[in-house]
Formats: sequence, structure tokens, C-alpha cells
Amino acid sequence: REPPPGTEAYIPQRFPDNRIVSSKYTFWNFIPKNLFEQFRRIANFYFLIIFLVQLIIDTPTSPVTSGLPLLFVITVTAIKQGYEDWLRHKADNAMNQCPVHFIQHGKLVRKQSRKLRVGDIVMVKEDETFPCDLIFLSSSRGDGTCFVTTASLDGESSHKTHYAVQDTKAFHSEQEIDALHATIECEQPQPDLYNLLFLSKYLYFGMFIFCRPLGSENLLLRGATLKNTEKIFGVAIYTGMETKMALNYQSKSQKRSAVEKSMNVFLIVYLCILISKALINTVLKYVWQSEPFRDEPWYNQKTEPERKRNQFLQAFTDFLAFMVLFNYIIPVSMYVTVEMQKFLGSYFLTWDEEMFDEDTGEGPLVNTSDLNEELGQIEYVFTDKTGTLTENNMEFVECCIEGHVYIPHVICLGPFKGEELFFRALCLCHTVQVKDDDNVDGLKKSQLSRRSRIYISSSPDEVALVEGIQRLGYTYLCLKDNYMEILNRENNREKFELLEVLSFDSVRRRMSVIVKSSTGDIFLFCKGADSSIFPRVKEGKIDQIRSRVERNAVEGLRTLCVAYKKLTAEEYSNAQKMLQNAKLALQDREKKLAEVYEKIERDFILLGATAVEDRLQEKAADTIEALQKAGIKVWVLTGDKMETAAATCYACKLFRRNTQILELTTKKIEEQSLHDVLFDLSKTVLRHSGSLTRDSLSGLSTDMQDYGLIIDGAALSLIMKPRQDGSSGNYRELFLEICRNCSAVLCCRMAPLQKAQIVKLIKLSKEHPITLAIGDGANDVSMILEAHVGIGIIGKEGRQAARNSDYAIPKFKHLKKMLLVHGHFYYVRISELVQYFFYKNVCFIFPQFLYQFFCGFSQQPLYDTAYLTLYNISFTSLPILLYSLMEQHVSADTLKREPSLDVAKNALLRWRAFIYWTFLGVFDAVVFFFGAYFLFDNTIMFGNWTFGTLVFTVLVFTVTLKLALDTHYWTWINHFMIWGSLLFYIVFSLLWGGIIWPFLNYQRMYYVFMQMLSSGPAWLGIILLITVSLLPDVLKKVLCRQLWPTQLFLMSWSYIHRYCPQP
Amino acid sequence: MAVNYSAKEEADGHPAGAGPGGGAATGGGGAVKTRKPDNTAFKQQRLPAWQPILTAGTVLPAFFIIGLIFIPIGIGIFVTSNNIREYEIDYTGIEPSSPCNKCLNVSWDSTPPCTCTINFTLEHSFESNVFMYYGLSNFYQNHRRYVKSRDDSQLNGDNSSLLNPSKECEPYRTNEDKPIAPCGAIANSMFNDTLELYHVENDTRTAITLIKKGIAWWTDKNVKFRNPTGDGNNLTALFQGTTKPVNWPKPVYMLDSEPDNNGFINEDFIVWMRTAALPTFRKLYRLIERKSNLQPTLQAGKYSLDITYNYPVHSFDGRKRMILSTISWMGGKNPFLGIAYITVGSICFFLGVVLLIIHHKYGNRNTSADIPN
Repeated sequence: REPPPGTEAYIPQRFPDNRIVSSKYTFWNFIPKNLFEQFRRIANFYFLIIFLVQLIIDTPTSPVTSGLPLLFVITVTAIKQGYEDWLRHKADNAMNQCPVHFIQHGKLVRKQSRKLRVGDIVMVKEDETFPCDLIFLSSSRGDGTCFVTTASLDGESSHKTHYAVQDTKAFHSEQEIDALHATIECEQPQPDLYNLLFLSKYLYFGMFIFCRPLGSENLLLRGATLKNTEKIFGVAIYTGMETKMALNYQSKSQKRSAVEKSMNVFLIVYLCILISKALINTVLKYVWQSEPFRDEPWYNQKTEPERKRNQFLQAFTDFLAFMVLFNYIIPVSMYVTVEMQKFLGSYFLTWDEEMFDEDTGEGPLVNTSDLNEELGQIEYVFTDKTGTLTENNMEFVECCIEGHVYIPHVICLGPFKGEELFFRALCLCHTVQVKDDDNVDGLKKSQLSRRSRIYISSSPDEVALVEGIQRLGYTYLCLKDNYMEILNRENNREKFELLEVLSFDSVRRRMSVIVKSSTGDIFLFCKGADSSIFPRVKEGKIDQIRSRVERNAVEGLRTLCVAYKKLTAEEYSNAQKMLQNAKLALQDREKKLAEVYEKIERDFILLGATAVEDRLQEKAADTIEALQKAGIKVWVLTGDKMETAAATCYACKLFRRNTQILELTTKKIEEQSLHDVLFDLSKTVLRHSGSLTRDSLSGLSTDMQDYGLIIDGAALSLIMKPRQDGSSGNYRELFLEICRNCSAVLCCRMAPLQKAQIVKLIKLSKEHPITLAIGDGANDVSMILEAHVGIGIIGKEGRQAARNSDYAIPKFKHLKKMLLVHGHFYYVRISELVQYFFYKNVCFIFPQFLYQFFCGFSQQPLYDTAYLTLYNISFTSLPILLYSLMEQHVSADTLKREPSLDVAKNALLRWRAFIYWTFLGVFDAVVFFFGAYFLFDNTIMFGNWTFGTLVFTVLVFTVTLKLALDTHYWTWINHFMIWGSLLFYIVFSLLWGGIIWPFLNYQRMYYVFMQMLSSGPAWLGIILLITVSLLPDVLKKVLCRQLWPTQLFLMSWSYIHRYCPQP
Repeated sequence: MAVNYSAKEEADGHPAGAGPGGGAATGGGGAVKTRKPDNTAFKQQRLPAWQPILTAGTVLPAFFIIGLIFIPIGIGIFVTSNNIREYEIDYTGIEPSSPCNKCLNVSWDSTPPCTCTINFTLEHSFESNVFMYYGLSNFYQNHRRYVKSRDDSQLNGDNSSLLNPSKECEPYRTNEDKPIAPCGAIANSMFNDTLELYHVENDTRTAITLIKKGIAWWTDKNVKFRNPTGDGNNLTALFQGTTKPVNWPKPVYMLDSEPDNNGFINEDFIVWMRTAALPTFRKLYRLIERKSNLQPTLQAGKYSLDITYNYPVHSFDGRKRMILSTISWMGGKNPFLGIAYITVGSICFFLGVVLLIIHHKYGNRNTSADIPN
């Protein structure tokens, strides 16, 4: 809080108070800010412009027609956002006002949380949440530790141990704490939850000054909860909006679905149509008007100001007026309907009983509903292995010590030299915690809890190992005051001083501990993936162990190697110094640490290996089979070693017995050059596909040979690396070509970032396939964020994946229904919604365009204002919304049984479909208009409003019945909506024309509708025109089904025939 | 065009719980409370439903039925339309030989009015009641500037609008600082030719009675159009303070001698005020009722039409016609509807046959178990 003496320059910094502001608006700025945000969207802005044009110039339709829908949309959005913001305000207030205990002048004071400032010392009791980011000073536990759950931050419910700062952990009373004088230097606030760097300087009344590095183990994050510890003291370092939690709640980058993209393209097409329509009409108007008796006949004189107006200004005004007249072709309501469809539709996903997992009590979570339809478009699935395909429920199977295999419950072969060391290594080299009390909920309990000891760790492998070792006679007891206690076979307690932990990371793929035994020997134990251990081993029975490891890996077991090294006191002090220095570094600390680890972890003596089984998730194989049947390519991306991963792939039927495996691994590349390997592979694959086409041409059916590719991280990075010599440039293309011809690809030994790279590579390849990434752990987050759709498994490795995903599901098997049923439905529904919306507005506006040719291009609207306004809002909106929520063009069972990709590649929104719909709209519009035109020639001699009403009536009926023809799933709600909205139209028209409305200054619709209905030819005409406009679509449907039936249709057809025999 | 329409920034976590703080709490506590979804048919998307599939087999009968219904209807309409007797004379007088040629360039205020007589012969007698129409061509009653140039509340008898007409009426709103009643371009350009029909038999002309009431919609005459109210029924007094439309020879309260057909509720006026949909249109002018069952309304023979030619159409290349037509439920003679019905019916029938063939030829393929796996 104050500059320490001896600091040359001190820039006083303004720390924010501890108020959390997650709300966007305040009471005062809500209206302007919200309006500003809403009109920043181009669509809203477009409608606003149209509205303003209508206000300013004399336009054919009243500003109400576009103002009212816009107002409605804006209001609904504002209310929704306002409500959400109000909820946030409430949450903020609750947070900001909860009481906090702080120390002031040696006394405990209760204050509201928002009054907290940086540098205040806070006391937190058990089960309380930390009010801000704190540096942990001291705890009521003697060893200066406390336990924390970060469930609300990253979802990991395990208890994590944090350590008090060494120098202050002795302070237990308020007075002592208050007397502390210290300065903490810390980084500027960063959102990274796990890598934190501090340097603190302590200063005891100026008596002596020293520095002490602080790390994430000293930091207690806001939002985490104190467990198993009576109380702690801490000093606030980041408050309010600078806390890690607040910094982490920033919105992710938005993903857009393919449907949305094509919708945007269609919008631009329609905008062009709109502008060209307006231009054509403006030009024709002036051509037509060039004869003066047309422009201003005696019966229709202009006013004086109109006559004087500048010609060009007049022409521009006319252009705008035409724009306004035709602007309904891009309807406001489409956006609202699409939003509502997505939002409401996503509930069907969360409601799905089949996707609810009884064991965990979790159902699917929808984090964004923007991508619903994308689920039905997936062509590539990238899945993580551990925890996703497999249970992540580890069980210790065996260990291999210097070539001798140990299996729990099997009598041991007798003591070996390395045995004791091996077990001790496993007992010591981990970060498992022991829970002594039993009331820990939601944690993995030891299966063998004879001694009711519960091990908790963020890695399930470690728990499995420690438990397995317990069964072999060595029990890990606890970590107390930096001493690890273990119980050996003879039930003797052994104590090891824990000197350093070189914690695990996914790049190094190993972890080490440095311990000092009671005899004073210093050991470094290391365990890790074989690939990261073997290169660092200098002695031990490498070959035997390696063969055993490989054998286990083939069986699908997870293997870890254990090695050790004895350190001399000198070596240790060197290592410690290096570590200390690296930890003190304020910049690039991670890099420096990695370098130090690299230096320390070498020259090991190999002890042995362990094997842990990870069972497949239920129905994983079934799911993968279904996905492949649907034409979706499944890639497994895992950090595991090749053999383990390949075994899992066989187990889950990703690779079949007859799959020819192509390997692209480091080993192979060592033998040949990458270039040759790639060319060989591509030749194999392409030759086959070439012969395949020949075979299919000649009508010979050979059994489908499919290929599986295995590639590892190292080979991938070689492929991805840009070539120095530009000559043989693109291995990527070649690689992609090979992948395209493989039914399954397994990528092993992947770093998290490489997973994302693979996804990106496929995503950006020339077919632009839609990709999905599914994973459960923090290491999958990057690929989840990269893929078009990211799915998180609500699994054991914390909730990070689920939090960053677009959708979260409890089990891998749920992917099947999600993609094949829900995704398919969502896609069919939304594409019909989009096409139908454009169609119905072409039908709506095109007659209006044609009418201009018959009214002297005077922008006379064909329909009454009420019809113009309500057409999209109420007459035709609900049936399509309902359709887009309920439609099932084939039954869900059929989709599940016979997965197909009829709609892949955005098939329903491609240009052909779009043009078909547009032409259908134009055709219908022409039928409406000219049908009415010829009818009015002689038979019906009513005015222009009757003409418009006739066209409009035919329009509403045709458009609604067209939807009825497209509906394949008629529930009572569909009946209610479709017939209801037609009835509503009739009732409304009767009412609208039945009364002289006193607030209107015109009564042009008075009795028009009734008069029309009282005329026989009008009835006949309406029926005829509806029939004619629906005819081509019915014909097209029937012919397409009959002559070129889709596979899906055949399925459902045969299904109906089989199960519902028809007369 | 951006499609992110509403509240996408918030899309981050709407079903999961909103915002920091709140979201954090719900995220962690998910395991505690069970969120098992209800097993209702609606939520599981298993509502009982009718699942029709349009195939040749199902559509076939519909096509035949449509064909079978439409063709007779079409024939019926066609016959009805053909039975309608219609006679039309163009009396614009463009051709120099036409008797009305002399009146071609009349203006509004020509006094005395130009009159002309056109003789014609009806080949067939008109048996039932007859409508007499006038028709105008190339007259844009549906021009936007024209359509809106009226004040409905003035026509509805609103006294304040009577003296202060709507701005929409410009430039036919006021004349010499007096409000025009009825204001606007539509009223101003009201058709004011007078047509009289005579039956000529042996050089004697017998006037045919033309009924001028009953040509407008009942609701228009009784509800939508009303004379201004005030004390007394004297229309002259009620329209005090207003002036006649510029082109009219007489003020509105002198349109007719009968009080229930005078002022705003004059039926000729009401008919004119309903703006036509297309630039070529006809409007009902008079009714000719059949007098007795013994003789037709208009027997075959010679007729002459006396025209008081006031309405100039030559300046905008327009045409004027007089049409006599017998009345049917269909309105005027129009073969379109009948032909259209017959055509559509036949097409449906034809398509039905085509589909039958297709169904027969390809139908087996679908129903058999020949499903590619």
C-alpha cells in the first residue's frame, strides 16, 4: 500500500474497489446504450433507415408498417436484455453486499464485500467463498495449508491444497497479522487461472528485508470455497473487476453456422433484387412519364411544391419510395423467428430423456443455440480418447518391475532389488491428497476403502496407481509439514521430506518429485509417458520393460514408466537454485521452468512400468459405427501413445478387422523420408479408389476396402511445417488427400494445440467440411474452440471443456442422437424456415411490383396498410415457427436406425434449392396477380382495394397451405396453428372491414372483404388460383420422390409399409 | 447483412445461467439437484401425429378428383358467361365518322354542353335485367396521388372535416380560400357524361327507363358516405361555407333532385369514389329492369344513345364506352374463369394419368425391399 523504503520510483496505482460489475447497463444509460447496441446490427440498422425514409419523404406505405414491427423487435430484445441485466444486477448486489471479515487496527470488522480494497487483510471461515483474489498468509491448520474447491471456477470438485506464505504462516491472531508490513509486487491482472507470478518483498519494521517468490499455490481465487480449514487470513491483491474470475468471464468468440452464412448470402441476393426492382421501376416511371399527359393528366394535378421540386431529387425520392414499397422482401420478422426457433428449439435437446444420464444426474447443456442446425451438418468428428471414448475410470492392472510382472492379488515372486524402490517411487511421486474425514461429497472414493482412506487427485491415473500400490502393500498415508509418510509392507512408517515437486504438464508428459529419505539420501523420482522417460534413461532393463509396455499398450492399457535418480547434496542444491531462480522470474517463467526441468530430469535409472486400464464408455462402439454409417468421418485425437490409442480404436470399432492400417509415424519417417512415406501412402490409397470407380463402372461389386490412418504428433508437425525449399511445397495437400480416402484417422501423441491445428487444417481444406470436436478435459478446450461445433463431455476431468463448449453432453453415446436425430431435425427445420420465409415474401412483394406496371409506376401499394404490417407478424408467422420447432420429416427412430447424410453440405440451402424456392415464389406471385387481373377484367368490378384483398387472400391461403403440404408431422398443434392462422386472417379481415374505425383517416377497407366474399366469381377465382399455385410444387415433390427417391425417403417409406400396412 | 439478431452477446450461457457470479453458482451445483427432464410426449417430441407423405399413389386420386370437379365447374361457368348478352359502344369519337367527333375536344366549362347521338342495333334481345356501364380506358384511377386524394371523414359527414379537409386533398383542397366539398382529385374528376337510351321503332323514340338507385354498395350508401349533419335537412345550408369542386358545374348538394340521392350520398358519386384497380375499367351507371314477363328487357332492334358529352378524355388518350350487359351471378361476360377452370381441370386429369403411368412403372421399386444398405 505504501512504497517500501529504497524504491526509487513509485507510481501510485489506482486499484479498483471490490465491486463486481457484470451488468452492462445502469438505470440511466439503459435506453441509449441498449438502443445503440441494437442498431449497431446491420439488419436493425437497415430497418431503421427504411423507417426514417418513410418518416421523411412521402412514401406509399405509412411509417407504421415498418415502425411497428421494428418497435416490437427492439422492445422485445430490450426487455430480454434488460431482464438479463436486472438478474445480473441482483447477482452483483448479492455478491457485493455479502459480509466480509477484515482486520482493521488489530480488530475484526464486518463489512460489505464491495468495501474491500487492495491490501486489506481478510479472514475467511470454512465453507465461505473468497471475496477477492487473496494471497494466503496463514491458516488455522498448523502446517499452513488450506483446502479449496474451485468447483465454481473450473468445475473441478477435488480439493486443492494451497500453502500459506512461509514467513507469515505463524501469524494466527488478528493483532499479529495487523502488524505485518510488506509489499507485494504482482503482475498486471491476467485472465489465466493457473499461471500466476508474484514477487513479494516483506519488511518487518525495517529490521530485515527479504524477497520471497509467490506462486499459484499461495493464491486463493475469488469464487473458490474454503474447505476443511477453520479459517484463514489473506491479503487482497486483486479486487473487483481485476480478479481472475471476473477477467475470465469474457465472452468467447462467436461461431456462425453454415445456415447463417447462406442466409446472409441470400439476404444480399435479395437486397440486390430489391435495389434492382426499385431501380427498374424508377427508370420505367420516368420513361412512362415523359409524355406530359401521363405525368399530370387534368384529373390528377400535382401540387405547386411537387411541381417545383428538383428533378433529380424527385427521382431519388421515387427510388427510395420504391425501396420502401418493396422492403418487405427482407422481413424483420425472419430474424425474430430464426432467433426464437433456435432458442426454443434448443430446449428439445435439454428435454431429451434419452440424453439424460442417470448416473451423474446430468442432461445436455446448451451453451449457445446458434449452432443447433450445424449439428446436422457435421462431416468430421474429432474426438478425444480418454474420458470421451473411455470411461476415465482407471483401474490399476499390473506393474512391471525390471521385467517382472506384478498383478495385484497375485502372490509376489519375491523381493527384488528394485522392487522396494519402485513401490516407494509410486508412493511418493504424485500429487494425491488424502482425505481423512468421510463427509466429502461427490468425490471418488477408494474402492478398497478398508482403511477408509480417500485419495483425491486431479488425475485419475494417480489415484489408480496409489490405490493399486496400496493393494501391493505400500500405503501412502499423508503429507504433513512437507513430510510424506508411507506405510510399508512391514507396517512401518517411513518418512520422506518432500523437497521439490516438478509438477506434471502435458508438454513434458512427466512429473518428478525430489525427496529426502530419513537416512538423508536424496532421490528424484519421475514418472511419465514412456516416450518421455526412455530417452532420459541411462541404465535399467530397458528392453524388457519396453516390450512389456508395448504389449500392454496394444491391449489398450495406459502405461506409465517410473524412473529414479539419486542426487548428491551438491546436485540437489544446484537444482534447487535453478528452480528458485526460474520461479522468481517475472517474465517467461514457464519457459525458464521448462528449461530447468529439462536439465534436472535426465540420466535416470529405469525402475519399471505400470499399466492402468481405462474402460470404454458404454455404447461408444455403437455410436462410432452409427456415425460412420452416416458418412461422418471420425478422427480420434489423443495424447496417448500409439499402441494404446490404436487398441482403443479397435475396441470401439473405429478400425475394423479388415481395415488396412496406414502408419505415418515418427518411426516410419525415420526409415524413409517424409516425402517418400507420404507418396507411398497416397499411391496406395489412390490406386484403390481408382480401381473402385472402375469397378463400380463395370458393375462389379468388390468388398469395400477401407483404410485407417495413424499419425503421431511428431509426424504431423513435420507435415505442418512450411517447407524451406518451395519446390515440393505442399505436404499438407497430400496429407489431406490421404485423409480424405481414409474412413478413420487416429492421431496420437497430440499436444492440445496440435489437436486444434488438425481441426483447423481440415476446417480450412478446400471442401470446407463442417467439423465437430468433442472432448472432456482442459486439453481439449483448444480444439473445442477451434471446431465449428465444440462439444464438451461433462466428465471427470473437470468442467473446463463443458464450459468452453457450445454444447455439453454427459456421455459420448449421446452424440449419436444429438447429431443424427436432433441435428438432422434442426437442420431440416431451419433450412425450411429460411427458404420459406424468402418464398413467402417473394409471393408477397412480387405482385406489388407487377402492380406498378398498371398504376403508372406511382408506388401505389397493392395491399392495405394493415395487411402489409400484419402479413409477416401474424398471418403467416406462427405456422412456420411451429413447423420449425416440431417438424419431423422422418421419424426419429428411422434416423437412428438408418443414419444418412441426405442433408450434408448444406444441401437444402444450396443455390439450386434457393433458386427453386425463389422461382416458385415468383411463379405463385405471377399467378396471384394475373389471375386477379383477368378476373377483374370484367367479372368483378370492385375497386383497387378489393383487387389487393383478393390477391392477399389467395396469397395467405397459398403460402399457408404450401407449408401444410411440406409438413410431414401433423400434431394437433400443427392443425391448430395452420387452420387457426387462416381463421384468424378471415376473422381479422371481417373485423377490419366491418367497422368504420374512428382513429383512421381513411376507410378504404370498409366492407371490402365482405363484398368480395359475397361475389361468386371471387370464390371461384380464389379456389382456382390457390390450386394453380400449389400444383407445381406438389408435382415436383411427387415426381422427385417417385423418380429420384432419396435414401432417407425409402427408409421411412419402407418403414411405414412394414409397420403400418396400408390398405 | 448481419444475422446476429437478438442478444447474441448473451447467448454465451442462457440456459445454463447468466453472467458471472450467477453462472458460477449454477455451474458447480449441477450435480446436486436432479434435472431429469419430464417424460411428456411434447418434450420428447413424440406427440401423436399424422404423417402424410405425398407420393404418386396418394396424390393420384386428388388429381383425378380435382380434374373431375374443375372441368364441370369450368363448363358451367363458360356456358353462363356465354349466355350473358353484352353490347359495347365506344363513343369517344376518335374516328372522324363518329357522331361524337365534334365533341372530342370539349372542356369542362363548355356551354351549352356538347351532345351527340349514336345509333346502334341489338341483334339479340336482352332477356333479364340489364346493367348499363360506362367504361374508361387509360384512366389511372389507381395512381397513388389520385387514390389518396380524398377525405373519408369529410365524406362520412364529419362537420369539422367538411370545413377543414385533409391535406391529402391537395391541390384540390381549397378554392378561393373556401374548402372544397367533396375535396380531392377523385371527386373533382367525377364522370359527368349523361347517357340516355332510346328504343327506336318505326322512327319513334321511346325512352328506356334508367334506374339510378341501387348501383352502389348498400354499406357505402348508408354507412360510409353521409351528408353533414345539422339542424334541418336543407343540404344547401349544411354545405354552407364550402365551395364546389373546380371542375364541377354544380355544387354537390345539387347533384340530384331527390334528397336521398343528393349530396355525398349520390350513388353516381359513390360509385365514382370507389377507385378502380386497373387503368381500363367500367363502372355501373344505370339499371334497366325487366318490366313484364312477356317481353324482354331490351328487345332486339334499333336503339339510340344520347350523350351529353362533358367528360374530356382525348387529352390523355383515353376512351369512353357504354356497355349494356345482362345480369348473372357472375357479373359481366368473362370467358377467362371458365376456360381457366377447364384448363386446370384437364391438366390435373392429364397429370393424374401421367402419374398413374409413373406409379405403375416405378412404383414397384419403392415398395419392394430393394433398399440399398
